[in-house]
Amino acid sequence: MSSDVCKHCTSAACLDVCPTGSLFRTEFDTVVVQEDICNGCGYCVSACPYGVIDRREVDGRAWKCTLCYDRIGDGLEPACAKACPTDSIQFGDLDELRERAQRRVEDLQDAGVSSARLYGEDPEDGVGGAGAFFLLLDEPEVYGLPPDPVVTTRDLPSMWRHAGSAAVVLLAGGLAAFAGRRS
Amino acid sequence: MSNPELDGMGPSERGRDAITGAAGVVSEAQRTERDQAREAERPSGRPEGRRRRGGEPTRVPDADFRSYHGRPVLNGVVWEARDIGGYLFLGGLAGASSVLAAGAEATGRADLGRPLKYTALVAISGSLVALVHDLGRPERFLNMLRVFKPTSPMSMGSWLLAGYGPLVGTAAVTAATGWFPRIGSAATMGAGVLGPLVATYTAPLICDTAVPSWHEGHREMPYVFASSAVAAAGGMGLVTTPTEHAGPFRRAAVGGALTELAVSTCMEKRMGLVGEPYGRGLAGALTRTAKALTLAGAVGSVLGRRNRVVSALSGAALVGGSALTRLGIFQAGVQSAEDPKYTVVPQRERLRQRA
Repeated sequence: MSSDVCKHCTSAACLDVCPTGSLFRTEFDTVVVQEDICNGCGYCVSACPYGVIDRREVDGRAWKCTLCYDRIGDGLEPACAKACPTDSIQFGDLDELRERAQRRVEDLQDAGVSSARLYGEDPEDGVGGAGAFFLLLDEPEVYGLPPDPVVTTRDLPSMWRHAGSAAVVLLAGGLAAFAGRRS
Repeated sequence: MSNPELDGMGPSERGRDAITGAAGVVSEAQRTERDQAREAERPSGRPEGRRRRGGEPTRVPDADFRSYHGRPVLNGVVWEARDIGGYLFLGGLAGASSVLAAGAEATGRADLGRPLKYTALVAISGSLVALVHDLGRPERFLNMLRVFKPTSPMSMGSWLLAGYGPLVGTAAVTAATGWFPRIGSAATMGAGVLGPLVATYTAPLICDTAVPSWHEGHREMPYVFASSAVAAAGGMGLVTTPTEHAGPFRRAAVGGALTELAVSTCMEKRMGLVGEPYGRGLAGALTRTAKALTLAGAVGSVLGRRNRVVSALSGAALVGGSALTRLGIFQAGVQSAEDPKYTVVPQRERLRQRA
């Protein structure tokens, strides 16, 4: 079993590209869609490197895991963690979870499960670390997870520069066509 | 060998215990016990370091790749090709038409620019319709104007259109009616300045995504879009203008077409593996047809420069080529998101190079 939970990236592409401000970062550092503001443009769907957020067929708006924004606001743990009978899904402070996960990986590796590894726990990774990370027993892609996700907006400054210079070239080229001899 | 996952025997017994055993934690007592047992088991003199610990299983570098039953990593592109592919094309046609109309105005040939002012208005209205159709309901467009967000090309584009649209409308209406010529002239110039941005911002719009065949082309894409837009607008000029006055449009059309062919071919080659969708399936067919039309249009507009019909047909071929170019690029992105190969293999390669 692997839950297709939102990773709540520290650098979240969905949030960056949202043109309406519907996606926002909460006081818990999670990423949540305000469904009354979402206009269904679908940009976040293509921006997510994990394939998590998606359009709901019936109303065309974007929906995803909120890490139970309503519950954690009331001091409860998210429903998935609460419901899981084996505590496979754990909720808590990230630093403490990282520590606990590291210990668990070491236990597993000592026990001969050499393929055990953590995924998404590194704050230095391409999304600045995920708010929901995993203990995997194989390579991430085997679970349908990208092996080295990078937030797409990391390259956006370069994209704007190229778009700007292409616009200048277009303007110059278009006007240059009118230079010279008149017929 | 010490890797039970790879020798076909499944996890070792201890490994199985650890995986399936009681929730989450191995108690300190168990851990100590285990360490002692391991100590006793280990043949004396065998160095601890030889036991594999935390290492990746060694494996021949993936010629192919692994995935979850071949299912895509990314969610599919939810946009309709007709809406958003069309939007990319119409924005380009409108933007470059405004530039050519401004060029005509600036060199005292306002008559020459008139059809392109109409083209720009029709195209930008069409792109707005396409966008609204994609959103589902017209009032949803208003939510685009809640925030001003440079990290979102769609937000910037919405503001750009909010400024550009009225200018194009004013330029077209004043040209048609002859009212307020000074305002019309100023609007034409304003649209000419914003037009290039309208034509090129759509490149960051699609490249600022996780879609491999779009994102990887983010350096060249704006130039592809700009040149394709000029080819289309020049083509429209050839369609609407008698040959003896169409010189500027012919130069723009040929320059745009040749630049587009060169830059897009270069982009597809440089992208390597993720450039592959541009040559495969529907995207491949669209891209090849686009290039053939663009080349034919460029050649025809030069060879047929004295023939009204050939010129007009060449112009139409360029407009069609530009539309198919955008649809091909759109479709290549869709195909690249559907196949986990284009997501996994380049990321694996990146990890390998970093290691």
